[in-house]
Amino acid sequence: METRPLIELQEVTKVYALPSGDVVALDNVSISINAGEFVAIMGPSGSGKSTLLNQLGCLDRPTSGELSIDGRKTREMNDRELTDLRLNTIGYIFQKFNLIPLLTAYENVEYPYLMKHRRPDDTGHVDSLLKMVGIDGPMTSHKPPELSGGQQQRVAIARALVNDPRIILCDEPTGNLDSVTGQQIMDMLVTLNGKGRTILVVTHDPAIARIAQRTIVLRDGRVSS
Amino acid sequence: MKDVILQLSVRSIRIHFLRSVLAALGIVIGVVAISSMGMMGANMTLSVTEQLSKMGNILLVRAYSGGGGFGGPGSGGDGGSRTTEDFITEAQFKDIQQIAGKYGTVYAIYSQSDTIDVGTKKGRSTIYGLKDEDLPGIVQLSEGAYPRSTTSVVIGPTIADRFGLKVGSKLEIGDPDKGNTTTVRVVGIMAERGISMDINTDSAIIGNQKLFTGIYGGEEQYNQVNVILKDINDSATVKQAILDRMNRKEETVTVQDSSRMLESITSTLGTMTTFVMAIAGISLLVAATSIMNVMMMSVTERIREIGIMRSIGTQKAEVRKMFIYEAGILGVIGAVIGAAFSLAIGYLVVLAMVGSTDYFFTPQSLIYVPSAMIIGIVICLISGVYPAWRASNLDPIEALRAE
Repeated sequence: METRPLIELQEVTKVYALPSGDVVALDNVSISINAGEFVAIMGPSGSGKSTLLNQLGCLDRPTSGELSIDGRKTREMNDRELTDLRLNTIGYIFQKFNLIPLLTAYENVEYPYLMKHRRPDDTGHVDSLLKMVGIDGPMTSHKPPELSGGQQQRVAIARALVNDPRIILCDEPTGNLDSVTGQQIMDMLVTLNGKGRTILVVTHDPAIARIAQRTIVLRDGRVSS
Repeated sequence: MKDVILQLSVRSIRIHFLRSVLAALGIVIGVVAISSMGMMGANMTLSVTEQLSKMGNILLVRAYSGGGGFGGPGSGGDGGSRTTEDFITEAQFKDIQQIAGKYGTVYAIYSQSDTIDVGTKKGRSTIYGLKDEDLPGIVQLSEGAYPRSTTSVVIGPTIADRFGLKVGSKLEIGDPDKGNTTTVRVVGIMAERGISMDINTDSAIIGNQKLFTGIYGGEEQYNQVNVILKDINDSATVKQAILDRMNRKEETVTVQDSSRMLESITSTLGTMTTFVMAIAGISLLVAATSIMNVMMMSVTERIREIGIMRSIGTQKAEVRKMFIYEAGILGVIGAVIGAAFSLAIGYLVVLAMVGSTDYFFTPQSLIYVPSAMIIGIVICLISGVYPAWRASNLDPIEALRAE
């Protein structure tokens, strides 16, 4: 039986029009990623890694080419549908954690849940996720500036998982963490992958690339291997 | 439902407490200004309406002059002759008396504006002539007696003060330059009466009809017939009865009641109130600018937060809602505080400007408080629309890059 890729890019090009001239950030990139894969995206700075992740996270649209997620062409989706896709299908973990500073750790995790279900979590799902990433007790009512980098990233992981997304996108998730905390975060990602989630990690770290099942290397906006 | 967007708005306001308070202060001032001015206008209108309603039992019957209109009796002229040819005749007067007599007092008036001289002081006044039997019922004296001869008059308190006249003083009616004057003696000073529909006695000179016709002629040619009704509710009935009878064949008389005057004054006060409220409304526009400024600052400061929210699945509408909520909360806080101050300041304004707070707690007066609150809140919401629109249309990637 033929299996359809979960994520498929066909000749995707992204051009940024700048006053100094057009910059081609992605140049005819074609990639297929199947459900349950753990993929590392590597490449030097300016190679187009973050641009690719933004495309995959539906935060941006390609200049040309086709991006399909779970069989749906993003070009044909309006802003509301793309936002719904980000809410329900994609979990995003950022290098700088990107928690909402006005909300507590618990509320940050609960936020996407509220956006999706329109009601507070009364099932204990948020609490269990926070416990799973090692945040519990009084720490759940701390606001992001009151947490360490590692704690913030754990909260961010819990937030990315709260709506049970099929795809988890990570943009240098250990980039701002010490090696021990970074390793703990990677262990969590591996565990999540073991539970069937598709994980894409943009990284400079060869150690992470070794954990991944597949590595995509970008150079000057093109896939080089 | 737990509204996390509302919570974010509330927390943003709390974090920038001082800035938010200052922005809301503008709304407080605007609401206070609008509602105080509105209440002042309403109280003024109600007060004047009540005063004029007290005169509602008077009907004025004048000879039809082709146009109608509201004006005082007798005008122009400089002694010796009456300038208008439109009079109520004795026969017409008797008809009116027959129709309206059972409803109240009916009396006829001669009137003429003329020059008066008291020593070196010269001026103008309206000279009225009344029948001897009508004088005690119509004219209230503060001192002296009613005029019984063709050389005696009673005068209003304003004219007495202005010319230094007392009981026993003499004055000349008519223009001495034209050599046509009549010297009369003051035998009484009328009690102060204020604004009135029938005769403005405070600045009038009143003699009996013989004195009047002796100076101006035109016996049994009245300028006006007044009907003082016992019951104000008969006003429309009597007015219609007079018109039906007198104007049966052709239009010969007009009848005026206080409603037109009341309408005119109420309309003028209404226009004035609207104008003053519009000026007060400028303060709300200033407040709106301040709110918009605060909202734009809020958007700028929270660009990254907006980027995060959008990237994890927040719809544009939710982002818009967050800023509209923020503007709305500022508006509600400002409006509620403004309403509380409006009651206190409005009360003082009404007391100072109208002189009475009898009508302050009436619905017509207090309605300006919720009205001003609604205006304040709506203006806040409008001020938040552009910043909210801008926030929701930020590019998520650009927003995430902001520091």
